[in-house]
Amino acid sequence: MSNGQSRFHVPTPPFRPGDAPDFSYLNLPKAGTAKRPEALASWRETSDLATGLVGVLDHNHQAVGEWDPRLSPELLREGLSHMVLTRIYDERMLKLQRQGKMSFYMKSTGEEAVAVAAAMALRPNDMVFPSYRQQGILFARGRNIVDMMCHCISNSRDNLKGRQLPVHYAWAEGNFFTISGNLGTQFPQAVGYAMACAYKGEDRVAASWIGDGTTAEGDFHGALTLASTYRAPVILNVVNNQWAISSHQNIALGDAPTFASKGLGYGIASLRVDGNDFLAVYAATQWAAERARKGGGATLIEMFTYRADAHSTSDDPSKYRPKTEAGVWPLGDPVERLKQHLIGKGEWDETRHDTLVEAMTTLVVKSYKEAESHGTLHDGPLSPTESIFEDVYARPDWRLRRQRQDLGV
Amino acid sequence: MPAMNIIQALNSAMDVLLDTDPDVIIFGEDAGYFGGVFKATDGLQAKYGLDRVFDAPINEAAIAAMAIGMAARGLKPIAEIQFADYIFPAIDQIVSEMSRIRYRSAGQFTAGCVMRSPWGGGIRGGQTHSMSPEAFFTHVPGLQVVVPSNPYDAKGLLIAAVESGDPVIFFEPKRIYNGPYDGVPDKPLASWARHPKGEVPEGRYTVELGKAEVVREGSACTLITYGTLVHVAEAAAEHSGLDVEIIDLKSLVPYDIETIAASVNKTGRVVVAQEAPRTSGFAAELAAQIQEECFYALEAPIFRLTGWDTPYPHAHEWAYFPTRDRMIRALKTVTEA
Repeated sequence: MSNGQSRFHVPTPPFRPGDAPDFSYLNLPKAGTAKRPEALASWRETSDLATGLVGVLDHNHQAVGEWDPRLSPELLREGLSHMVLTRIYDERMLKLQRQGKMSFYMKSTGEEAVAVAAAMALRPNDMVFPSYRQQGILFARGRNIVDMMCHCISNSRDNLKGRQLPVHYAWAEGNFFTISGNLGTQFPQAVGYAMACAYKGEDRVAASWIGDGTTAEGDFHGALTLASTYRAPVILNVVNNQWAISSHQNIALGDAPTFASKGLGYGIASLRVDGNDFLAVYAATQWAAERARKGGGATLIEMFTYRADAHSTSDDPSKYRPKTEAGVWPLGDPVERLKQHLIGKGEWDETRHDTLVEAMTTLVVKSYKEAESHGTLHDGPLSPTESIFEDVYARPDWRLRRQRQDLGV
Repeated sequence: MPAMNIIQALNSAMDVLLDTDPDVIIFGEDAGYFGGVFKATDGLQAKYGLDRVFDAPINEAAIAAMAIGMAARGLKPIAEIQFADYIFPAIDQIVSEMSRIRYRSAGQFTAGCVMRSPWGGGIRGGQTHSMSPEAFFTHVPGLQVVVPSNPYDAKGLLIAAVESGDPVIFFEPKRIYNGPYDGVPDKPLASWARHPKGEVPEGRYTVELGKAEVVREGSACTLITYGTLVHVAEAAAEHSGLDVEIIDLKSLVPYDIETIAASVNKTGRVVVAQEAPRTSGFAAELAAQIQEECFYALEAPIFRLTGWDTPYPHAHEWAYFPTRDRMIRALKTVTEA
């Protein structure tokens, strides 16, 4: 460490292109070894969990330990189905972006469990403040897939009237808050929302998701301060997918042991969770939601996962990390792990899986055709031009009325 | 009707709002038990309880974000930013989020809340307690910006702001918060000194957002301003002996172009005055718009009377802002042109 003299220090990622990636340096306790405290336990009882790892599925894909949420096969199959759909949807949308059908896209490949399992562990009326890689929540909550596509291609049926970049969804009916492109802003907003639910005496919680890089934003620290001060019924998720575009997680983590451990300093119950383990994500979210509903306040959950694809359609990950890195990620693939778990239980098989994949592929292809029938960003029709002057205020003032006239719409 | 100064009128507004609407909730640094550093929320926590009026951590961005989240769940938050100078840490939450949640969600979500903040100089506050940052916020679609100049308007505008359903940046001229002495006992403002307190009704009433008021009628020149300078303008009009028409804007976004245009078309001469620095200030917007609307009625160039393009000084604050005498010189320049 110290050689007795201060030195300017900038961390570098463990591997860059050309290196042989090896994750053996990670401290990843085995599935089933983490203890599960009572939901209203003191945050101090989560200290080991914040630096350890909550996992349920072991290397044989069996559910082990105190955190096993003991979910029904039906629910597990439903989870698998949402994850498969999310992955197929992402792949199709990427292809369409490459064909020039949309301006931009962001996949959640490798992180499907983070969104899907959490959404299924929450209640439909719990409010979510997602960032742009949680489209799985929408599938889990039953969002119409054609509507999602219509948003992404900003056509005449886009429920956001063509105002947001693709994947920046908003769906009030599904309690899915509008996504911001400014990172971290929704974290303290979720706390305010949760406080309002508590103020109104509602049995609801709020949940939010940000990336590992975004923990460097002031809003992360503001959210934790508010959540701790007011014991807000909120679940604050840090999706540590290892990479903030090309910056390794250590650019935000510094010398802290884990992102979850940062919550301990605020007196917030904090868990690091295997984010590629559907059962662990479900169990942790369920625990945090129960804690919040019972008045125990906030939980910070670090979802330890790996972004298996590019950050967005605007970057090429092979330029900043080894091409083989995703393949050697020690926590595996969330879809494959849940699939094998179900197969091991005799509740699933390869034939049924193939049928599911085929059905979802058909659904996505068919849905896109339908979406395109409402127009595309490239060729229209779009939302009416005059809609650009709507929703700025509850009622437009003279400036907007005149400017609309100036545009002649 | 009782006589109140601006602080008392704001307190009365919040009292009425808390009393009549359970969705109203108030918070800010020192806004709870202590009642705010200027006492605007004095006594409200004792009267309405800790869950209606409470202290917030020193994190303006978090205060603004909390207001957004609460508003999204249907509350009507009134958040206090202790000094307008401190609003900048919250700028991303206000400019990128609060202002456009209605727009970017196509009306599915709204963030109707009020950010109150003591504004402007004149209390020996130095460069971190004296700023007038209104122009920054007038540039942001989706925000409304309000600056009252007297107790009656302060109460009526604040109630209207809370009930508007849209985010409102509510700047309070702290130099005239408490009435007669303009913060500095040896430099009274003549008109304000005669009207230390205004008549303010006890109960609920509103003053329309976006509506200006002709506070002094005249035919020689139109003097347009807002907040503290309305009183400086009255003193200047009186001492100049000129027949000056004074418009108190009250709302900067939206501003009342009809009242402005009617007056300028009548007088043909304009002084626009603000305490903030000159470049890209709100006076520039007014001058540009008046030029577009009333060019053929103008008989002299529009005069911008402003603070200087410097940070706000401590020792020389009376040399910084537009004083009565500078305003008189401006009026003479314009009327003699």
